[in-house]
Formats: sequence, C-alpha cells, structure tokens
Amino acid sequence: MTFFGVPTQALFGQLLIGLINGAFYALLSLGLSVIFGLLNIINFAHGAQYMMGAFVAYFLLQWAGLGYWWALLVAPLVVGLIGVVLERTMLKRLYALDHLYGLLLTFGLALVIQGLFRNQFGSSGLPYQIPPELTGGRNLGFMVLPNYRAWVVVFSLATCLGTWYVIERTKLGAYLRAATENPSLVQAFGVNVPRMITLTYGFGVALAALAGVLAAPIYQVNPLMGADLIIVVFAVVVIGGMGSILGSIVTGFTLGIVEGLTKVFYPEASNTVIFVIMALVLLVRPTGLFGREK
Amino acid sequence: MKLPRLVTLVAAALAVAAAPAHAQISDGVVKIGILNDQSGTYADLAGPGSVVAAKMAVEDFGAAKKGLKVEIVVADHQNKPDVGSSIARQWFDADKVDVIVDVPTSSVVLAVNQIAREKNKALIVSTGATSDLTGPQCSPNAIHWTYDTWSLANGTGSAVVKTGGDTWFFLTADYKFGHDLERDTEAVVVKNGGKVVGKVRHPFPSADFSSFLLQAQASKAKVIGLANAGADTTNAIKQGAEFGIVKGGQQFAGLLVFLTDVHALGLEKAQGLLLTESFYWDLNDTTRAFSKRFADRHRQAKPTMAQAGVYSAVLHYLKAVEALKNDDGPKVIAKMKELPTDDPIFGKGMVRADGRKIHPVYLFEVKKPAESKGPWDYYKVRATVPAEQAFRPMDQGNCPLVKK
Repeated sequence: MTFFGVPTQALFGQLLIGLINGAFYALLSLGLSVIFGLLNIINFAHGAQYMMGAFVAYFLLQWAGLGYWWALLVAPLVVGLIGVVLERTMLKRLYALDHLYGLLLTFGLALVIQGLFRNQFGSSGLPYQIPPELTGGRNLGFMVLPNYRAWVVVFSLATCLGTWYVIERTKLGAYLRAATENPSLVQAFGVNVPRMITLTYGFGVALAALAGVLAAPIYQVNPLMGADLIIVVFAVVVIGGMGSILGSIVTGFTLGIVEGLTKVFYPEASNTVIFVIMALVLLVRPTGLFGREK
Repeated sequence: MKLPRLVTLVAAALAVAAAPAHAQISDGVVKIGILNDQSGTYADLAGPGSVVAAKMAVEDFGAAKKGLKVEIVVADHQNKPDVGSSIARQWFDADKVDVIVDVPTSSVVLAVNQIAREKNKALIVSTGATSDLTGPQCSPNAIHWTYDTWSLANGTGSAVVKTGGDTWFFLTADYKFGHDLERDTEAVVVKNGGKVVGKVRHPFPSADFSSFLLQAQASKAKVIGLANAGADTTNAIKQGAEFGIVKGGQQFAGLLVFLTDVHALGLEKAQGLLLTESFYWDLNDTTRAFSKRFADRHRQAKPTMAQAGVYSAVLHYLKAVEALKNDDGPKVIAKMKELPTDDPIFGKGMVRADGRKIHPVYLFEVKKPAESKGPWDYYKVRATVPAEQAFRPMDQGNCPLVKK
C-alpha cells in the first residue's frame, strides 16, 4: 500500500520520528512560553541554556563520574540557578522597559556564552553515550524504535503536561498568573512577587537545560546545538501564540510531525517548512493559533 | 615647450614603471588571507587550526631572516558564498591581500575562485573539496592543494565496492560539495559494477538525521554513502547506531571524514569506518614531529589533513615568491607549478598544469577501541594510492587550461 508514492509503512515511521523531534520543540517552547507569559521577557538565551544543560551533563560524567540519571536531576538545577542569578542581577532591571531590551540583553548573553564554550571546546562536539538501560531498540515491524527516543517522548510529554497542570490548575499557578496581570495587587495580599518571578525564570531555564540533557545522547554535545535550534523553537512559539502554555505544547508536537513528513516528500524544504507555516499563520491569526488578544 | 614636457612625463612614467623591478613585492608585504569557517560546523577541522598551521609555515620558512615581510589576516566566511565573496573583494581591493588560502565549503570556493581571477590574485584551496576547481572551473590563479571529491570517491568508493558493498544509498548535503561528492562517487560505484538504489538530499547543516536514516534503511542498500562533512557526518553516524543501521547489516561509507570527526564520535561509534585522507599525523617521523609542534599550539589537537594542507601550501607559496621576488597572483601560481614540492606533510610532489597538487592518498580504517593507545590514535593504513593514481587524470577534467 502506498500513499502519494510513499509506502504507508515508511509513513508510520516518519510520523513517529516527527513526534520525537516534536517532543524537543514542545519542551523548549514551553520554557519560552512560561518565561514570556509571566515575565514578558523574550528569552533569546534559551538556546544557550539548552546547550549548557547538555554540557553540565557532560561535565558531571567526566569530572564527577555521575551518569545520565543524575544529570537529568542536577543539570536543570545548576543551570536554573545560573538563570536565577541572571534574573536577579540583570533581567529584573528590564521589566518596565520595552520587550526589545530584554531581547537584546538575552541575545547578547547567548552569543557570549556560546562563544566562550566554542573557544574552550571547539565546534565538532563531544561524545555522550546513551545510558545502558536505554540502549537498543524495539522492532515495531515498520521501523526500529530506539528505546532512548521512546523515553524522550514519554518523559517530555509528562513534563509538559505537569507544567501545564501546575500553571493552569493549581493555586501556585493561579498566583503566578495573577501576578502577571496585576503585580501590585497580588503583592498587597502578602505574596512575594519578585521572588516568584525570579523562581519562574529559573524554572523556565531549568526546562531548557532538561531538554539539553535529553538531547545530549542523541546529538553531539556541541556549543552550537542551541543556536541551530532556537530559531525553529521561536517559530513554534509564534505559531502557537506567544505565552500560551498549551499552545506551545500542541504546536511543538504538531510541527515536529509536519517537519518529519516534509523530510519524506520534499527533504530540501525541511528546514524552511516551519517558517512558511509561521508566515501563513501570522497572516491569518497574528496572535498565533492559541494566542489571545491582550 | 610642449614636446620636452611630454618627454619628461613619459620618462617619469617609465621610471615609475621600472622602479618595482627591484622590489616587486606589492607594497613591501606578502599578505596571506586565511578565509574559512571560524565558528560553525567546519571550524574544528580547519578554522583557527588552519591559522596556526599558516603561522607555522611562515616561521619555518624563515621569512623574517630572508628579509621577506609576511602578514597573515583571518576572516570567517560562515560557510556562506555571499559573505565569502564580499570578504574576498574587500581583501583584494582595499586590504591588499595577495593570496587567499584554505576556504572550506565548495560553494564559497567557486565564488572566491571567480573573484581571484577577476582581480588577478591567487587562491590556494586546502579544505574545499569540489573537483570542479581543477575541472571546468580551473583557473590560472588557483591551485587545489590537499584533496578533492574525485580522490575521496576514488579512495573510499572503490574500496567499499570491492569488498562487496555494491548497492548504495546516498545521504547528501544539499549544496555544491555534496552534489559533487555524490556525482564523483556514483561514477566510481557504477564503474566498479555497483548500483545506486536511492538518494536523499538533506539541508546543510542538519542536526537530526533520523528521518533520512529511516529512508536509507528502507532502501535495503548495503552501503549508506555519506556525501556530507563535519557535524553532519558525525550526527548521521551517531544516530545511525541508535536506529540499528549497522546491526541490521548495512554499512556506512563516510566519504569525507576528518580526524576531528572521529575524535568527536569516539572510537566506539566510529570503529571499522573506511575513509580517505591525504595526511595523518602518525604516518612517519616527520608527520609526527610536525603534528606535535602543531598540537602544542592548538589545544593539544592533532592537525587534520585540511590544516596540514594549509601549512604545506603556504610553505610552497612562499618558496615561489622567494624564487620569483614577486607576489603577483598568476605569476606566483605559475612558479608554484614549475617548482617541485617538498615538505614534512606530503613529502615530494608537484602541482599539475590544471592546478591540482599531486601526492599519495591513503585509505584508512578507524581502529577498534582496544587497538588505540589513547586520544588521537585512531587510524590504521589499509592501502596507499600512489600520487599518479590518486587524482583525476588531467585529460578527464575538462579543464580549459589543459590542451588536449
């Protein structure tokens, strides 16, 4: 059986691959959305923070002998802490100003961080092995599904849904959302708003680092890994609607699939298809698919 | 009054024209421009390491002692032909650069090749691969130094077909270099009785190859030919292991693999890979001595063939300038073709009329982790292709400089 000249069996495989790549898009754009939604900062350092997550995993293994599972826990904490310092020392001065200032600051930071890592570790990347528990794969008949990739999908889906639940359905999330609507009123109720915002930024950054740890065994641990990805992820956020948590999750997975299918039917366009969709969506719905007018 | 004045003018003009006959090094400095990728996918295999190699060549040549003033400038072309072109124009027009050296990324090579010819300057390519540079696009202003797509195809392609890998699927970087490497390899595969069952062209650069690997897997080809380079190649091989490509009985042929790529992959993933290079640090005493000096100045990394090629090229360029007492582009290139080459990198060799530098090329196999004595001990020699057979015969390249 074929579908537009492509065997359906192969098509299933490509759909699954798309879902796996979508998991990364979703996890990264989720962090961006949380930060933008609650802090109004366009965090261009997100790619660099994702890269730092992968590097921390590498350092842990090389210097401390701590493997993948520890990295999954420690790397987001370390990088999140760096994010907190960043927010306290620099970003907090920018909330009252135009978006552009936050964008410029984080973009500059990203260039500096990437430059430092590149200078130290070169551009061809460092090897990081898949944890022994997750090596190998399952033969699904239409394709071999590597165990590690299956784990990535399940884990990032769980993280995404967990985050969505906390922000949209719990009391803590309600405080957060209220603080963005009217910080002075929430402060009047005795909530420490600046600290909450700092921790939110730290959490968003930790999500990026988590994605970095997940990516380390698949790609090389490379100073440029974030720079290549961040542009696509921004397109995902724009399509989903800036600041929409659910939007970024759904769009992340969907666009992963769209990109996967493009790689079958017209591989030359696979790097551009997301931007074409972004242009179309912006023409029809300037606030994105899930965005609301403010 | 008019006539004597004219005579004076003509005399003055002649004097000006004659003056540089004593010192024809333009503005007193030989200016070498290293144009490559300083920050992206190809930065490790050439990049800052090529600059180190060029500086070593200037020092080893003893330029200062010989009274020759040599200056090296560096720029990052970001693997983009438009960026590379504007740097080349700026260098030739305003900055008085005499020769551009290195230049990875074939699309940039061909753009800069045009400019060098137009401005009557010199170009020596080490990292760029397209065999068109000594074919239809050959120029009296350019030399192709280290390797090319034809020599890679000839080395790895024929070796793989001869050991039974007779059906191929190409994973090709979608730009000039990938297309040329695919074309040259396909010709070798077909000539040796093999068959190409499919190909897919991926955007350059790509991080995720799973989709393309799945297509390669479905093709049931015995060999997956990687017509790409740098991080594209390492990512494809690394992810191929995840999808059980090698376990499923298929084999990768890395058509352009540099030492730094093997270093990045680790021997666990790279072992058994066949690859073609014209230089390896551990070939003999002179290559080892050179590589040690290089590593001491470059993060303890051994040189790739691209970087070693830059050293060899700059050294020979300076020899030609010294012999000629002139740094005029095409004249130096002609002199370089006339003088035999000899250096610690490639040994004795020569430059052909079509601009192809000739030396032996090696087929290497990547060692198993147990065979390696430590970092950078990665290759064993499987075969040596003698200089005369390593590159495309001159009469098959369609180079207009070669009379048939």
